[in-house]
Amino acid sequence: METLMAVAVGLLFAVGVYLILSRSLLRIVLGTSLLTHGVHLLLLTMSGLKTGAAPLLGEDAGRYVDPLPQALILTSIVISFGVTSFFFVLAYRAYQKLGTDDMEQLRGQEDEY
Amino acid sequence: MSILIALILLPFLFAAVVPPLYKYVRCIHTGWFVLAVPVVLFVYFLSCIPVIQGGEQLAAEIPWIPSRGIYFSVYLDGLGLLFALLISGIGALVVLYSIYYLSKSKEAIGQFYVYLLIFMGAMLGVVLSDHLMVLYGFWELTSISSFLLIAFWHKRERSRYGAKKSLMITVLGGMALLCGFIMLYIMTGTFSIREIIADLPSVNGHALFLPALLLVLLGAFTKSAQFPFHIWLPDAMEAPTPVSAYLHSATMVKAGIYLVARLSPVFAGQAEWFWLVSAFGMVTLLYGSLNAVKQTDLKALLAFSTISQLGLIMGLLGLGSAAAYYGIGGESLLYTTATTAAIFHLINHATFKGSLFMVAGIIDHETGTRDIRKLGGLAALMPVTFSIAAIGTLSMAGLPPFNGFLSKEMFFTAVLKTVHMDLFSLQTWGSLFPVIAWIASVFTFIYSMLLLFKTFMGKFQKDQWDRKPHEAPIGMLISPVVLASLVLVFGLFPNLLAYSLIEPAMASIMPELLAPGEKFVVSIQFWHGWTTELMMTFGVVAAGIGLAVSHKRWKGVYGRLPQVFSLNYLYDRGLGWLGLGSNRLTSGYMTGSIRSYLAYIFTFFILLLGYVLLRTPGIQFSINSTAPIAYYEIALVIALVLSTAAVPFARSRLTAIILTGTVGYLVTMFFIIFRAPDLALTQMIVETVSVSLFLLCFYHMPKLKKELSKLRFRLSNALIAAGVGLMVTLIALGAGGSGKFASIADFFVEESYKLAGGKNIVNVILVDFRGFDTLLEIMVLGIASLGIFTMIKLRLEGRDIGARVLYNKGELSLGAVNRDTASQEVTEAHEAYEAAVRAKEASMKGGQTGGQKQ
Repeated sequence: METLMAVAVGLLFAVGVYLILSRSLLRIVLGTSLLTHGVHLLLLTMSGLKTGAAPLLGEDAGRYVDPLPQALILTSIVISFGVTSFFFVLAYRAYQKLGTDDMEQLRGQEDEY
Repeated sequence: MSILIALILLPFLFAAVVPPLYKYVRCIHTGWFVLAVPVVLFVYFLSCIPVIQGGEQLAAEIPWIPSRGIYFSVYLDGLGLLFALLISGIGALVVLYSIYYLSKSKEAIGQFYVYLLIFMGAMLGVVLSDHLMVLYGFWELTSISSFLLIAFWHKRERSRYGAKKSLMITVLGGMALLCGFIMLYIMTGTFSIREIIADLPSVNGHALFLPALLLVLLGAFTKSAQFPFHIWLPDAMEAPTPVSAYLHSATMVKAGIYLVARLSPVFAGQAEWFWLVSAFGMVTLLYGSLNAVKQTDLKALLAFSTISQLGLIMGLLGLGSAAAYYGIGGESLLYTTATTAAIFHLINHATFKGSLFMVAGIIDHETGTRDIRKLGGLAALMPVTFSIAAIGTLSMAGLPPFNGFLSKEMFFTAVLKTVHMDLFSLQTWGSLFPVIAWIASVFTFIYSMLLLFKTFMGKFQKDQWDRKPHEAPIGMLISPVVLASLVLVFGLFPNLLAYSLIEPAMASIMPELLAPGEKFVVSIQFWHGWTTELMMTFGVVAAGIGLAVSHKRWKGVYGRLPQVFSLNYLYDRGLGWLGLGSNRLTSGYMTGSIRSYLAYIFTFFILLLGYVLLRTPGIQFSINSTAPIAYYEIALVIALVLSTAAVPFARSRLTAIILTGTVGYLVTMFFIIFRAPDLALTQMIVETVSVSLFLLCFYHMPKLKKELSKLRFRLSNALIAAGVGLMVTLIALGAGGSGKFASIADFFVEESYKLAGGKNIVNVILVDFRGFDTLLEIMVLGIASLGIFTMIKLRLEGRDIGARVLYNKGELSLGAVNRDTASQEVTEAHEAYEAAVRAKEASMKGGQTGGQKQ
């Protein structure tokens, strides 16, 4: 199962990177979103997908799945949500202000100090 | 603190006192106060002569950075004393001269003396330091203070050019010197020059020996204006004449000579050292004398003459280093003539060149020009100046009874002895030395005569001058008169110097030739019989007079040489090409497009990780310990793969957003099947909010256009993306397959309830075991929300743009703008900006309504 997941995560990364390299701001934001998913799945996969009970002690099972990566991923989800929403609004404001979402046209000023 | 260290620091301390003196004591020329410093130094160093002559050394040391082994350690031996006397003695004369040369009302003399004192202290530091790092520090300080002095009249373009050029070349050499010093440290484990000399066996034959030798020589050659690094010296003539006389004839340009002499005990005796020092010196001698003849500016002529004479001294030091090859013995003493000649000529050159520079300054002061073509017939008007110039030039040309004659005879003796040496394959090339020496002497004779006769004899060109020339004031004449008398005294009584200065200096340069208790015995005779050297001098005079008289007929030869071969041309163009090349390089890869930068980053990522993966042995892509695959998992993976792969192909923005949302919800499903209920809950909520935010924001964005970039770009993007995906997959497989440590999960499972009283282990980790993460993650969310709020609400551009526009025009930076016009411009810029904003908003609204209608 880990092998299968590794391939799927690789695909998520590849598509994310491809989108980030494109010209439209919207695609770039979508790309970061996909990359985030890839990273989270990778975190989960790397800790081993050995089956066991959910990490709830009430279940009284013989073994549980590793709870630590889950805590890490939860933190990461929240942080990436914060960053992504900031990024959304930034893209929105940039478009409102500059009138374009084409990254090739957003090259900064010639006479920047 | 010892008196020696105090004396080195004296000029620096006094430099701090100069500005208040300059500001508050306006009635007295600041130079009079400054004069005390070199006089005190000179008197002290004179009083040291008997001690040093007795073969002793004065040393002192205070810790500077003891933990790094850096001590401010100084010592005074024969060589150091010689240079210290030159620096303080000529320094005193130059300060005296500058008092009359620089007007206290028209020039910023406060700054002048600050720079000059810094230079004097730095130069003393160079010649008295024992610690290599301290020596390097003072070395760079001489470069910097020289830079400041050359650009003293900083409003002139030529001054700034000359200062920049000299700084670049000497600092280049300084850096090389630093590397060389560090290599010496690596070889011997000490920075102390005396300890390095004592520890010669560990230096000889070391792999770093030759690189250290080359780097040290590069530093010495650039400082001492040896070919081809001499090009900064003629341009440094834009400095005030006292500076030229002090720095660029007597002291700073001899720092390289000092260094070669000082490190001779380390490197001498090696063929590389002998050939490099002698050959560079000889080439510089010849090149400088050939070029001096064609100059028409007095100071440029003197500059090339300095280059040539420095080459002579350097060449003599090189020839003298052969003596070290033989070690202690009768034969080695035969070849020490060259070193004696080098030291003797060093002193002689400082005396006559200093006086000649001062003469040039006087002529400039009295006639307003330094152009040799506009001068003539000054002998009758300025008899004293003429006499000084005559003594200086005749000594420079090497005529009796002046000191230049003696050092030139010794120079001829040294090159003639070189022919008889049978080491370093001198049998084949050694005979070149006398030939070069003779030709260079002829040209030295020619330019000396041209200097004297074109300036003081011939036609009186009154209409060319903008003031009425007359004899210089007496104060201006004191220093050159003193120097000219020294030229005569040293010429007639050379052994005054021989006993007091030259013998101890030789002992410092060639300590390995002396058995304990021995000392060199130098005796310079004025008349040494009818020898080959004397015949060579007669030849020089005869050929020199012939060529000088017919100078007009052959001087056209110089004009024929193409400009391209000139070193200045190469330097200027080289600098231009460097600027242009780096500009092109930078604008080549700094495209401003974010796509290029991301491409660099990802490519580097792929290459680095790919290389490491290939080269690291023992990575196993084992699939033994993996979990079994259930059929619904396969279905989920297929769904994930399909929806992910479809995103780039989506035509409309809505499809793309929905597809991304699908991926997010599929990830939620994975969290469910991999037994992570908290993750699933959070992911679902976050995905929902994100998708709504997407839809909300991109309602205002334009439609998703088809990628307009070229196929080549899209292909390379796809290639990079595939590479990144592949790398991540490989790393995931490799990391999963290799041997693992046991997880610390057991601790959390066991202790969650016992220690923290919670049954949801993930939540216990988040708020109890690892609560700090959560705290800061809350902060991230807080900052993000505040940021979003600010971004939406804060509209500052109307208020700050005016200042920005003005700043771009470069008017605020000047600080001299009339306030009324400035504020008016701010208002205008503001209005213009607001109009532009309104126009843009209108066009955007138009575009949106247009978009909606479609």
